[in-house]
Amino acid sequence: MLFDQFDPVILARAQFAFTVSFHFIFPAFSIGLASFLMMLEALWLKTGQGVYANLYRYWLKIFAVVFGMGVVSGVVMSYQFGTNWSVFSHKAGPIIGPLMAYEVLTAFFLEAGFLGVMLFGMNKVGKRLHFFATCMVALGTLISATWIISVNSWMQTPAGFAINEKGQFVPAGSWLPIIFNPSFPYRLVHTVIAAFLTTAFAVGAVGAWHLLKDRGNLGARKMFSMAMWMAALVSPIQIFAGDAHGLNTLEHQPIKVLAMEGDYQPSPAGAPLILFGLPNSAEARVDYEVAIPHLGSLILKHDPYAPLPGLTDYPRDQWPPVPIVFWSFRIMVGIGFAMLGIGLWSLLARYRRKLYDWSWLHRAAILMGPSGFVAVIAGWVTTEVGRQPYTVYGLLRTVDSVSPLAAPAVAASLLAFVVVYFVAFGAGIYYLLHLMAKPPGAGETAPPNVPQRAAGITPASSVAVETPARARG
Amino acid sequence: MASIDLTIFWAAIIGFAVMAYVVMDGFDLGIGILFPTLKVGDERDQAMNSIAPVWDGNETWLVMGGGGLLAAFPLAYGILLTATYPLIIAMLLGLIFRGVAFEFRWRDPRHRPFWDVAFSLGSFVAALAQGITLGAILQGVRVENDAYAGGWLDWLSPFSLLTGVAVVIGYALLGATWLIWKTEGTSHEHARRAGFWLGIATLLSLAAVSAATPFLSYDYWRRWFALPGVLLTAQVPLLVVISAATFFWSLKRGSHRLPFAMALALFLLGFVGLGVSIYPYVVPRAVTIWDAAVPYSSQVFMLPGALVIIPLILAYTGWAYWVFRGKVGTHGYH
Ligand code: HDD
Ligand code: HEM
Ligand code: HEM
Repeated sequence: MLFDQFDPVILARAQFAFTVSFHFIFPAFSIGLASFLMMLEALWLKTGQGVYANLYRYWLKIFAVVFGMGVVSGVVMSYQFGTNWSVFSHKAGPIIGPLMAYEVLTAFFLEAGFLGVMLFGMNKVGKRLHFFATCMVALGTLISATWIISVNSWMQTPAGFAINEKGQFVPAGSWLPIIFNPSFPYRLVHTVIAAFLTTAFAVGAVGAWHLLKDRGNLGARKMFSMAMWMAALVSPIQIFAGDAHGLNTLEHQPIKVLAMEGDYQPSPAGAPLILFGLPNSAEARVDYEVAIPHLGSLILKHDPYAPLPGLTDYPRDQWPPVPIVFWSFRIMVGIGFAMLGIGLWSLLARYRRKLYDWSWLHRAAILMGPSGFVAVIAGWVTTEVGRQPYTVYGLLRTVDSVSPLAAPAVAASLLAFVVVYFVAFGAGIYYLLHLMAKPPGAGETAPPNVPQRAAGITPASSVAVETPARARG
Repeated sequence: MASIDLTIFWAAIIGFAVMAYVVMDGFDLGIGILFPTLKVGDERDQAMNSIAPVWDGNETWLVMGGGGLLAAFPLAYGILLTATYPLIIAMLLGLIFRGVAFEFRWRDPRHRPFWDVAFSLGSFVAALAQGITLGAILQGVRVENDAYAGGWLDWLSPFSLLTGVAVVIGYALLGATWLIWKTEGTSHEHARRAGFWLGIATLLSLAAVSAATPFLSYDYWRRWFALPGVLLTAQVPLLVVISAATFFWSLKRGSHRLPFAMALALFLLGFVGLGVSIYPYVVPRAVTIWDAAVPYSSQVFMLPGALVIIPLILAYTGWAYWVFRGKVGTHGYH
């Protein structure tokens, strides 16, 4: 039969990677947007300036579309463990199941319960109660990230478990070492900052786009300025957090770091930093490498002459696919430094009072709009592919985690997911771009002929109208 | 032994989550199923608006049911989802289409017909897949060495198709009665007429499924008809008759809320009936809840979640419904 020659393990991995990568694109945006919206509404309540209310409603429509896609792609994820990874579920269920159940109870219900009021309730509840709903949704997205990152981190750096007679991972005693496993704090901080940066660059690009067309648009100025503060202040923190994360990974998953660095051979006198090259696992060397001597050890050990092991010190059946990890890591780090560059540039522009007039800065910000999404996916690919060949690091191999399914079933479903995701989420991204292409107006109003708007729109009259003088800012 | 009690407790919690899902997402999937019969324009917009603020919360119970099963009975989660693989995938794909349609249909009027079809087809497929899954679980799956041991189409049988159709009809009934409650004008009239026929169809399918279930295995037969249990189990059909009579009476009387309440009652009773048939198995005749349960320490860890957070969730979910109480109105929420 068709597809019979495929390996069900590879197909199941491809399916997981495809669906989770798509899923994560949306939370990366909605975690950041929810907090951004909370900020806008707070500023509106505090200052009473209509520009914040208008920006709130502008981004709320975008948030509604993003959030909806996040939810439906997330529901797929929660069933994927059972459909494709039933052995993994059986064995790791007693540990990861309760953590994910807490995610549902403390985060998903909170988001969903208050989302309706946030989107549609503007005229149904008071301003303060509405703000409270926005806060609860934002809090929900952060709680959700916390639990799922805890789960993922436990799979990377398992702790606090015992193995029972059925071969299941079970809690050894307290749950604290399980939840706060060694890589969890690093991964959580790094991922949440990543979501904020991703959002900042998307918002900044929209602002920049409208500034290029009309420098006087108050909404565009506000959002661009807010986004650039975020870029300038937070990208250095992210680089710092990423470095700390890498050091932690070196301690717990040295093989992964060696793959990220492309260090096949041990370097007793200090490792170089390989900037570019083509990892060649068959020959255990990096072809055409461009490297800076001793910098690798300086970064990873904070000492240029500290020795580092190489991949060849470990059995080959514990190596991840080195080229993927090597490249995805470089993409992420490259984007991290590009973000820092934009942030610094914006500071310079502010200093010279050209933030809203420097069209090259605006063009660069537009170019960087999608960069956060690329970076988060590259980051997860590094993390997850680097964990191979295990699902629970060092303990449960990926080949031993998969459901007893025939290849045709997995292949057919993979194909269906690919088609459906491209149609549904492709359309969603098209609508998002359309929403973003509209300039943030002085008074966002409901489109005509729609009895009730999908993403709560206050009638213009309920919002303080900009005076032209103020709108020129 | 304390752990045995907690196992029953967790089975009850998951049963509760699944039931909450069935009644809540049931009515909004039902609206999707009825969607093609509603007039383009006002009727459809009203129907959509009546569920737009709550559908996400409703669907979260599905995540709770699945996630809870993984958390409390991981063995059963793995076996059941593998056994019904194509159905689960179909359900998920259906839910994607209907979920995004809530927002997408407003984004571009030219695309609206497409997203309306996606909404109703997605709802239909999801409901059908859930119904067939129910039948597949009832008829039993092949388990060897703690793993699913059948093929990927074993779920397909006349019985599972019957339960599939029954669930579609039942959800449509819930959707129609919800519209009777929440809408006015032609939508309301339309839903009232549909409610009558769907009520009859629901009772017929309930009867058909109930008649077929005890014949699937001797065990179901014994559970339902052996003395003294029959004294208890006989109450279920009796209550069904009472609810059904109240349903038709309330429809005739022009009541706005009672039909929905009675449709819910029918579902609840159907659910109790399922409980009688299955308990104490999670995978019928193969894996009991005790075989599949996670260790005691995992059960205890989740206890605060169940005892403190679920009541909180119910409270704020109730509040959200209350905020959007009353008729949707033709001009949305003003
Ligand atoms: C709860 C756990 C969990 C979480 C939060 C994530 N993953 Fe993961 N991932 C897995 C649990 C997992 C897994 C079930 O354990 C897989 C399936 C096969 C495997 O090796 O690990 C996996 C595989 C996997 C692969 C395939 C690796 C390979 O086969 O070489 C990729 C590319 C990703 N994931 C990407 C991601 C991304 C982009 C995530 C961000 C949202 C993510 N994962 C979060
Ligand atoms: C395998 C891993 C994952 C699973 C099983 C999963 C599951 C889910 C589910 C079921 C939902 C829908 C919730 C609802 O019904 O309201 C969801 C949404 C969400 N998920 Fe995930 N998720 C995964 C990975 C992640 C990661 C890595 C993050 C963030 C760090 C994340 C953050 C969120 C957030 C914030 C939402 C809310 C919707 C949105 O923001 O778009 N998820 N996820
Ligand atoms: C120079 C800057 C950066 C450094 C040094 C860095 C470092 C790292 C490292 C070492 C990992 C792998 C962790 C592991 O082994 O599991 C990682 C993962 C990741 N990175 Fe970065 N990173 C940087 C910039 C960024 C940026 C700008 C983003 C997104 C906007 C980002 C998003 C992520 C994500 C989402 C992950 C996966 C989650 C995690 O494991 O934390 N990173 N990063």
